[in-house]
This record gives sequence, structure tokens and C-alpha cells, in this order.
Amino acid sequence: MQLDEFFVTGEPLIYAGMVSIALVSATVIFLLTYFKRWKWLWQDWLTTVDHKKIGIMYILSALAMLFRGGVDALMMRTQLAFPDMNFLNSQHYNEVFTTHGTIMIIFMAMPFLIGLMNIIVPLQIGARDFAFPYLNAVSFWSFFFGAMLFNLSFVIGGAPDAGWTNYAPLAGSELSPGPGINFYLLGLQLAGIGTLATGINLMVTILRMRAPGMTLMKMPIFTWSTLITTFIIIFAFPILTVALALMTIDRIFGSHFFTLTGEGLPMMWANLFWMWGHPEVYIVILPAFGIFSEIIATFAQKQLFGYKTMVGAIVIIAGLSFVVWVHHFFTMGAGAFVNSVFSITTMMIAIPTGVKIFNWLATLYKSKIIFTTPMLWTLAFIPSFTIGGVTGVMLGMAAADYQYHNSYFLVSHFHYVLIPGTVFACFAGLIFWYPKMFGHKLNERIGKWAFWLFLIGFHLCFFPQYFLGLDGMARRIFTVGPEWFTLNFLSTIGAFVMGLGFIIFVHGIIYSFRFSPRDIEGDSWGYGRTLEWATPTPIPKYNFATVPEVDSHDALIDMKEKGETTFDRSKLKPIHMPSYTGQPFIMMAILFFASFALVFEWITLAVIGLIGAIVMMFIRSFDYDEGYHVEVDEIIETERKARRMTDDE
Amino acid sequence: MSENKTDALPLEYSTHQGQMNIVGFWIFLAAEIALFSTLFATYAVLFGRTADSPAPAELFEAGTVLIMTFILLTSSFTCGLAIHNMREGSLKGLMVWLALTLVLGLSFLGFEIYEFVHYVSEGAALGSSAFWSGFFVLTGTHGVHVTLGIGWMIAILIQLKQRGLTAVTTRKVFIVGLYWHFLDVIWIFIFTSVYMIGMVV
Amino acid sequence: MKGNKVSLQKKWFTLLPILLAIFMTGCDKMAVLDPVGPVGESQKNLILYAVIFMLGIIVVVYTIFAIVVFKYRANNPNRKPEDYKPEQHGNTKIEIVWFTIPVLIVIALSIPTVNTLFDLEKPPESSQEKEPLVVYATAADWKWIFTYPEQDIETVNYLHIPTDRAIEFRLSSADSMAAFWVPRLGGQKYNMAGMENTLYLQADEEGVYKGRNANFTGEGFTGQTFNVTAQPENEFNDWAASVSEEAPELTQDKYDEILAPGLLDGTMSFSSTHLEWVDHGSNEGRDYSVERHGNKYEENLHLENKPGWAPDEIQQ
Repeated sequence: MQLDEFFVTGEPLIYAGMVSIALVSATVIFLLTYFKRWKWLWQDWLTTVDHKKIGIMYILSALAMLFRGGVDALMMRTQLAFPDMNFLNSQHYNEVFTTHGTIMIIFMAMPFLIGLMNIIVPLQIGARDFAFPYLNAVSFWSFFFGAMLFNLSFVIGGAPDAGWTNYAPLAGSELSPGPGINFYLLGLQLAGIGTLATGINLMVTILRMRAPGMTLMKMPIFTWSTLITTFIIIFAFPILTVALALMTIDRIFGSHFFTLTGEGLPMMWANLFWMWGHPEVYIVILPAFGIFSEIIATFAQKQLFGYKTMVGAIVIIAGLSFVVWVHHFFTMGAGAFVNSVFSITTMMIAIPTGVKIFNWLATLYKSKIIFTTPMLWTLAFIPSFTIGGVTGVMLGMAAADYQYHNSYFLVSHFHYVLIPGTVFACFAGLIFWYPKMFGHKLNERIGKWAFWLFLIGFHLCFFPQYFLGLDGMARRIFTVGPEWFTLNFLSTIGAFVMGLGFIIFVHGIIYSFRFSPRDIEGDSWGYGRTLEWATPTPIPKYNFATVPEVDSHDALIDMKEKGETTFDRSKLKPIHMPSYTGQPFIMMAILFFASFALVFEWITLAVIGLIGAIVMMFIRSFDYDEGYHVEVDEIIETERKARRMTDDE
Repeated sequence: MSENKTDALPLEYSTHQGQMNIVGFWIFLAAEIALFSTLFATYAVLFGRTADSPAPAELFEAGTVLIMTFILLTSSFTCGLAIHNMREGSLKGLMVWLALTLVLGLSFLGFEIYEFVHYVSEGAALGSSAFWSGFFVLTGTHGVHVTLGIGWMIAILIQLKQRGLTAVTTRKVFIVGLYWHFLDVIWIFIFTSVYMIGMVV
Repeated sequence: MKGNKVSLQKKWFTLLPILLAIFMTGCDKMAVLDPVGPVGESQKNLILYAVIFMLGIIVVVYTIFAIVVFKYRANNPNRKPEDYKPEQHGNTKIEIVWFTIPVLIVIALSIPTVNTLFDLEKPPESSQEKEPLVVYATAADWKWIFTYPEQDIETVNYLHIPTDRAIEFRLSSADSMAAFWVPRLGGQKYNMAGMENTLYLQADEEGVYKGRNANFTGEGFTGQTFNVTAQPENEFNDWAASVSEEAPELTQDKYDEILAPGLLDGTMSFSSTHLEWVDHGSNEGRDYSVERHGNKYEENLHLENKPGWAPDEIQQ
């Protein structure tokens, strides 16, 4: 292969991308070397098995991916701002919307939420770590290297260009030759391993590691939503694994699952993709509901209204999520009966969702609302998401969907669901739990600026798109007709306002890092209700010196009443901790190498990589590292320091 | 994570970590069921889509498949005996039966490779048609699982030799046993829904 | 500072209906809400029926939201002690109420949806006395091929239909999956290779309407459009007769050339059809194009948005 085939050439934007990647990498390497931080990076982060640090790495990666996906979005909106715009050509536009969608769902929304789960769920249930800390590190590195592989396509080999849904036969080897689609298939496959492992890991953690007294119906609602999400992950992700594997085999080894030749069935891809894809939507929305529920209860200073109903609603939504996938292709011609059935199941999802909305409103009734930034994001979610929800019901009406399908009405709908739902929740959750992660709060004034800009920009960007859809503007076209200019232009302005909001948010992170007062309270906001706020800040590596007895889903409220803390000297015992290890990083780096080779169909190299990964598994099997114990003296010292106790206490 | 031991439970369940590993593996098997269900569904949808390649009824041989089924079922039985010996505290019995399971697994694999080679020589390969793609990937995925299981068992046998019966090694044996029985169940589904139906239709 | 934020929030909510009103004034002109035939009409009615319910839901949610957020803010100067009940954990009765209401709404929406779905599988009732006109609409990367078996003619990238008569479109694709969509006539369905979808549409008003492929098919997707001319039956017959007489015969070589991936300049007409040698909607025709042109996707079209190139209008 020639070098100019290997690297993507001929596009000024991509050259700019290459230069910026080179510059950023060089800067990072320089800074690490200059400040002698390589050892720190390896010992404290790359080899960590601590759920809190892994969670932070998830969130940082997700923010970087949000930036990349956001730049993609702005490039698209720039191209669509004017009818005569020639900023991106057709091919480039196709690549950009493909990577935008894939990155936002797989490499931004999911890891962001998994990052929050990583940090918060063990703390909420009073656990010292995950059930399988080693596996958790494997999960993170699999996601990380999957994301890297996918992003590499931008400069090496060419980006995937068949849409994030990657429909066959378009994505098959005949109609889409070259490595682009392979990057998609293998990047997702690699990251998917980690998601499935996290699902299992979190489920065992929640089922088997809860604090004494915390029955299932006394779990905090975010933990509940996580538990249900892990169910969806465990039953949905294997479907994606199979679908991706089959298409990879189609493309690289010449089988006929989704091909036009050999009697393959291209529509089977659409079915398999959405049998995973629809549950996937709930994988990113249910934890968001959990986050909003926690924040509403906290800053309304009131119990969540209808806790049991809320749990029930999550369970029903999760169940329904597996029986609605056909609504993504009502127009495939499955017949009136099939469409009717899936139309009704789809609309039924609105019932538990509606109940949740009203329960949130009822939580606000007779409450005492404090308008902190996380609360603002949460409050904005309710009206914004409602628009997304009702248009979802409209799309669910199959006969009308023939007109909405593949149009900007659809585009607007799912952005109205995923942005107020998932993205607002990510921001809200990050700001809410930020003090537990970094030991200081984010600046509220800057945070509010970011919030208002993002919110206004969001509505300005997506509200007009409903009308563009009704006027017949199909999604994924790279030029607009002059009759659609005004609304598209408004939409583009909105997108840039959102971008500005994001920049201000990041500015807030940097500003707060430098100037925010360091937290001294474990309960940073003063209104905490659940166990994560019972730990001191910064959280000791073992989380809880002593685990309290729990008897309601607002465990900390009870503890405050009884005057208990998580540092009860009479109960102190040495705490077992897992050792840090570089194996997960190395194992996934090897798999990354194997996947990269497979993208270019270098079979020998791929096999070597695969053998390497298996060798790593053998090494792990023979690894009898039992970890170590934190002794009581050390616990006392750590807790006294973290709780700022004086000598006589 | 805690090492509180409860005497009433078998050794593999005696630590909290051991219990969690076993629960975790059950959940993993649930995911595996979802994975194989998807493959079975794919195979069913592609059934009959043979294009220009031979039909399954022309190639499937009852004899070979019955021998394979017999071997795998027996290996599940020997695996069960291995666990029984482990519970009895007999390291030697455990290792002998586990080794026998391993040998049976290897011979199953040998038959499967022979079968695949035979089909390919008759003009039914992975790339021949949608049906044969479905067939090879479904049975091949099972075969890859068996191969990994064999490798895994070898690693565990070595560890048993090195360390004897401990909470950790017994847990590993127990989990690989679960895995092996699971593969047996999957094979029964393959035997009935792939080979038997394929020979009749 | 906090009071300021609340008022800003309120301002935003008053802004929304105004924006809505501005957008709504343009509704009449929006393609989907301005149909010219019974199929589009039934879908429009269904959409507007749903919109009424949705606006109702939005009004209720927004009103409750505005009231509770305003009234129960911690810094409300008019707070009374009974305005704070932190121990309130739920109320089964009221939860049953707001469980029942969405159930009723879903039922109210399901009935017309299902009815319309079954109606759309049949030719529209208004033209029942006439046999539907059969037109094969075949998508190929990145053009549209229309075949009139009765008239034995074929057109590329443009379509003529008679008014007041149902058209039975038989949809298929030579290669990637496309969707046949003429928003002013009615909703879309997919075109797939190796299968055939039937879509009934009808135009009651004369005119030229835009049609396009709505499902992404790769590089030339944006340009995969066509114009539909709806004209009275006699004019349509005249047009068909003139094509039949004046247009050249379609040879298989010429047809294969048309199928090759790429955009065509303008439109074409032929006095015979490709159905003589291939029907892409049948299992035998599924790989016709891929076998011939499967190796031609290596090269990019480098399709730019040239000034003056309006992809939604086909040069005649």
C-alpha cells in the first residue's frame, strides 16, 4: 500500500486536523516530559483499578469526544447555513455526519454516563469498589482504544461514510470499498466489549455489594436506573456484537449475510442494528432519568414523589425498549398489521415516561427549589424533553411516519430527546458530583452562562428543524434549497450558540480549577440525600472507612438525623484493596493493534495481535495477586485529615 | 472482597469474591445466550437461501453429527464428575476427569474440523451463499468457544497442579464447568435446529 | 441574582408560543401539510389530529411546570410554612390519574393510526372506479428509473402521472436501499433490491411536484431527485404516446450504462422498458447491478455544491 493511500490526502480541513493532532500530541509529550510526569501518568492513571479514577478518565474522554462530535456538528451546520455553501463536498459531508452520530452515541453519551455510574454507584450503595475492579479497567481501556481506532479513521485510511446506522448494502464491501466502514465496525466492536463487561460488572456490584440494610427498594434512584440499564446492556449488546461481526466477516472474508449477491439479506442488518439500537437509546436515557431524579430531590429539598412508581416506570420502559425496534423502518413495507403492532408498542412507551414527568412535577410541588446550575439543567430538561417526547409519539404513528421518516422532523425529534435527556443529564450530573470527583465546585456564575447559552442555542438550532422536515427537507442532504434558507440559517446560529455554551463550560472547568475554594464538606451542596455525600472530600481510596446501616432510599438524611458518619472508630477493620496493574492497558493496546490490522485486512498481523491478547488472558489467569490491606492506623489518619479533625477529636 | 469464610458452603462459594465471580459468570452466560440467540435467528432467517451452492440435506451426515453429539454430551458428564470429585476433596479425581473432558473436547473439535473441510471440498464454504455463511458462523462460533474452553481448562489444570484445591482454584474449575455445560446446551440446540431440521427439509 | 434568573426563565416560556405562532403561519406552505392528493391528505389529517393532543399535553405540562417552579422556589418572598412538605412521598390516587390519561391518549391516537395504515395499503377510495396505473419506480445510484409497463415506455429522473387516478408504484432498487418520497403526494416507502414494495399515491391537482430519494444512499444521494408532473388523463396519454413514438428504444447496453454509479445530466426517455431483461424487485434481479458495477465505487465523484446547482430541481 502506498503512503498516500494510507493517509487521507487532498483535503485542507483534514491536513489542518492532522497538524492539530500532531501539535496536541507533541505538546502533551513535551509537557509530560518537562514536568517529569510519565511515571505519574503510568502509576496513578494508566494502571489504576480505582472506580473513581476510571470514572474520571471516562468523563474526560467523553468530553473530548463531545468536542470532536460538536465540531462535526458545526461543520455540518456551516455547510447548511446557505444554499450556495461549498464548505464541505458531498463525500466529506457524509463522513462528517457519520462520525458525528457514531461518536455522540457510542463514544460520548454512553461513556459519559458510564463514567458517572463508575464514580457514583459504588458510593451510593456503600461499596469499596466494583465487584471486579480489574475488569472495570479492561472495560475502560477497551472503550478508550475503540474510540481511538474510530477517530484514527479521520486521518488514516478514510472515515466511514454510510451513516451511523451503517445500512447494508450501502455499507457492504462493493458499494463502500476501502477501510472506512471497517473502522466503524471494529471501533464499535472493541468499545462494545467494554460496555458489556461494565454491564455485568455493575450488575454484580449492585446486586451483591450493597450496604447492610439497603434492600432493592431502598436503593437510590440513580442506582436503580443503572441496574435496569445493565439489564438492557446485557441483552442488547450481544446483538450488536453479532451484527458487527457478521458485517466484518462479510466485508473481509466474503460471506453473504447482508450482501446482494449470494442471496444475503440486507434488511437483516437494519433489524439487528435496531434490535440493539433502540434499547441503546434507553441505555443512554434511563441513567439520565436517574440523574435528574437525584438532582430534583436534592435541590427541591424533598423526597422523590412516587419512588416505587418511578422504579416501575423504568422497568416498564426497559421492557418495552426491546419490542419497538421496527418503528425505525415502518417504511420498509412490513405490512399494515406489523406496523400497527409496533406503532402501538411505541406509543405505549409514552405512558411510563409521562408518569415520570408528572412525578417530577409532583416532586417540585410543595418543595423548596434552590436554583443551582445542576438544578437549572434539570428544570430545563422537563419542558424541552416534553417536546421531544410528544413528537416521538407523533413519529410512532406509523401512517404519519411515512411523511416524517428520513426528514428533519425526525432529526429534530431525536436531538430533542437526546440533548435535553442525555446531554443535559451529563452536564447536570457532572456539575452536581464534580466536588466529589475533584474536591471543588464548578463556578456557578460561569456555569449559568454556559447553561443559558446552551439551552437557547439548542432550541434555536433544533426547533426550526421540525418545520424543515414538514416542508420535505430530507436528512443527510449536503445542500439546501433556497426555500429552506431562513430556517436553516436560524438553526446554524443556534448550533454556534450551543458551541459557545460548551466553550464557556470548559472555561468554567479551567477557571474553577484555578480559583474555586477547595471543598471541606463531604456533603458539598449541603442538601445531599444519599451515601455518596456521606464520604469525606476528597474521597479516600477505600471510599468508606465504615459502612453504615441503611433503612431508606435517602440514607444520608437518616444518618444526619442520627448523627452518624462513615467513620465509626469502634467498627474500623483493615480494608482489602485490589492492586493496580498495567495488564488491562496492555491487553487492550494489543487488541487495538489487532483491530487496526484487521481494518486494513492485514490478516497475519491481526492474528498475531489476537494471539497476543490471548496470551495476556493467560497471564491474567496465572496472576494470583491478592491485593493489599489498608491498616486501621492509616484509615484513622486519612479520615482525620479528610474530615479536618483536630487532635482531641 | 472480604475473606469471611462460611464453612457450610462448598469451597468455591466460601469467599464473597468467589460468590460474586460465579454470579458474574452466570450473568455473562445470559449475555452469551443473547449472542447465540441472535446467531440462531440469523441462521433461521437465512435458511434456504443457498443460491447456487448445495442444499444442506445433500451434505449433512447423520453419522458424524451423532458421534460429535455423543462426544460432547459425554464430556459434559465427565466435567460433572470432575466437579463432584472436587466437592469430595479429591484433587487427583478432579484432574483426571477434567483431563478426560479435555480430550473429549479435542476430539469433538477434530470431528468438527473434518466436517468443515468436507463441506468446503463439496462446494459449500463461508462465501458460497447466505445460508452457508449462517451455518459456518453459527457452528464456528460454537467451535471457537469450545477451543477457548479447552485452552482455559489447560490453564486451570496447570494451576491445580501448582496450587491444589483452594477457594480460588475451585472457583475457577466451577466456572469453567458452567461454561462447558453451557456449550453443551448450545450444541443440543445446534444439533436439533441446524442438523436435524437441515437433514429433513 | 436568583430572582433575575427566574424571570429570565419565564421570559423564555412566553417567547416559545410566539415563536410557535411565527412558525405556524408558514404551515400552509409546508409540503407535508399542503398535500395535493388523498394519500397525503389522510396523512395530513392524522398529523393535525395528533398535533392537537400534543399541544394539549404541552400546555398542561408547561402550565404546571411554570406554576410549581415559580411558587415553590426557595426564595419566594410569599412562602408560607405549609408550602413545604418534604416528607410527601407519593399519592397512589393521583398517580393512577396521570397513568390513565396517557393510556387514553394512546388509545385515541392508535385507532386512527391503525385505520389509516390499513387504508394506505389499498388504492385511494376517491378513484375506485378506475384501475390504478402501474409504474415501476426503480432507484439506482443515484438516479430514478420509471417504467410504465402498460404504455411500454421508460423515463429516467422524471415522472408523469395522470390526475384523479391512483398510481400503483412498484418500488425496488438496483443497488443500495433508497426511499421514494414525493412529500406533496404522500409518505415514502423503501426501495430495496430483491424485493418489491407497493405504494399507492394519487394527485388530484395538476402541477409539478418535487420527489426525491429520502434514504441515504451514498455520495450522490443529495442529487437523487426527480420532478413529478401531474396532468389530466388525456394530456398524460398524449405525452405517453409521444414518448412511445419519438424516444429511442432502450437497449440493455444503454441500460447498464445508466445503472453505473453516478449522477446524470438531465432526464431521459425510452420507448421500451428494462423489464424485458431484469426486474430488480425479484430475487433473480437483486444482484444485476452489483455484478456489473460493483467495482466502480472506488472512485469518488468529488461532488461539490456548484453555485446555481440546485439539487432539488432537475434540469429539463
